[in-house]
Parts: sequence; structure tokens; C-alpha cells
Amino acid sequence: MENFDFGAFAYQAIFYLFALIIVVSAAMVVFSRSIIYSAFSLLFTLFGVGAMYVYLSADFVAVTQIVVYVGGILILLLFGVMLTNKITQERLLTDVFNIVPSLVIMLAILGAILYTFLYRAKWHAGQERTTTVVEPIGYEVMTNYVLPFEIVSILLLVALMGAAYIARSEKKFGLEKRSN
Amino acid sequence: MPEIGLNHYLVLSAILFSLGLFGVLTRRNAVVVLMGVELILNAANLNLIAFSKYNGTMSGVMFSMFVIILAAAEAAVALAIVLNVYATFKTVDVGEIDTMRE
Repeated sequence: MENFDFGAFAYQAIFYLFALIIVVSAAMVVFSRSIIYSAFSLLFTLFGVGAMYVYLSADFVAVTQIVVYVGGILILLLFGVMLTNKITQERLLTDVFNIVPSLVIMLAILGAILYTFLYRAKWHAGQERTTTVVEPIGYEVMTNYVLPFEIVSILLLVALMGAAYIARSEKKFGLEKRSN
Repeated sequence: MPEIGLNHYLVLSAILFSLGLFGVLTRRNAVVVLMGVELILNAANLNLIAFSKYNGTMSGVMFSMFVIILAAAEAAVALAIVLNVYATFKTVDVGEIDTMRE
């Protein structure tokens, strides 16, 4: 093997490693009965998807993924886990239901999607993008997408204010829970 | 090993989507249901960015940015609702919450 391309091999090997991490940790999120295990497996899934964005030369989206999902949404979910369970209970377990019909639906949808994607779809291959994505995002936000950008900023403000208002309760929420 | 192409990303996102769907359908804890929703949103994002790369345009990347923003808003509002449900029903089991009033 004189013309063995180590760079391409490493590229593919790291891709498959991250794909394996994503699939295994997503399966852990879904199949583990412990809520804490689910939350921490979600961490690895989100990091793996961020690595996939790097592979797709969308570096800005990868950083956004890590900042928003790992730094924001995952912490929010962990707060949700802590606030909705009695923290003194020893193991945070969650029951499952509808296993068999859900498994059938999941496998059927997976098979349908894969069949459509791999055998039925004829994708038109365009010019592959190889450059970084930071500068084009700046142009797009200030030209084509300026109205959606402003609207989504107002929507985010409204949603966060609404969430803070809904989550605040007139009764002292945390103190009352501890007494019963 | 075959060359990494569009189909690799499509298969990965299909697996991620179906796992998230399974989580949404089977888990009883509302917070874990939200984790399944996050998996589904990530699968959609992966598809959008893969198509954007192999198409050469910026639309997919912009859409995925908006999806991330909306996911943040959705998670905040949904968790506020879950906290209120817990304050009312003393449980977040989605199978037991079956009345619209206290």
C-alpha cells in the first residue's frame, strides 16, 4: 500500500467515530431509565452534532450549537429535572409506556425515510461549498434575511419574558414543596 | 471505507430523528419528552446543513440558525409550563395529567 492516504483515512475514521458517538448517546437518551443519564447522554449527542457541523464546513453553526444547546438548553433541562423531582429520592427513574407500538412506528418511519432518501430521491448535486460560513451569514442576515432576523429577535424576547412570567408563581414555589 | 457524502449525513439524521420520536412516544416524564424533541430538532438541523453544503447555497444554514433560536424559545416556554404542571398536579407524568383544571 504505497499510496495510502493517511489524511483521508483519518478524516473518515473521525467521521465514523463521531457518528457512532451520536447514535450511541442518542440511544442512551431514549432507552436509559435514569433521567440524569438521559440528560448527560444528550450532552454527548449535542457535541457530536456540533462536530458534524464542522465536517459540513458550517463552523459558525457548530459554535452556536455548543453555546446555545450545551450552554443553554441542556442547563435548562437539568434545572427542569431538579425542580420537578423530590431531590431526596434516591434514584430519578422514569417509566416508559407504549413500547411495542412505538417501536413499530419508529422502525417503520426509519425504514420509510431511509428508503426515500437512498433509493427514491434523485438529489441534484450543486456546487459544493468548501469555504467558511461566517462571512456569508453576516451578508445574508443583513440583506435577504433582515426581516426574519428582527422578527425572531422579538419572538425570542417575548418567549423568554413569557417563560419567566409563567414559571413565577404567587405561592412560594420552592419553599412549599419541601414541607410535604 | 466509502467516501463521505450526502447520504451519510442523511442516514445519521434519519436515525437521530427516529430515536427522538421513540423518546417522545414512550417516556412518561415530561422533561425527557422535551429531550426527545431536542433530538428531533437536531436531526432536522443536520439535514438542513448537509443539503446546504452539497447545494452550495446559504439557505439551509440560515434556516438552521433560526431553528436553533426557536429551539431555545421553545425549551424555555415548555419548561415553564412543565414547572406549572408540577406545581398543580405534583407530578410531571404525562400519562396522569388528564384534566384541564385543578
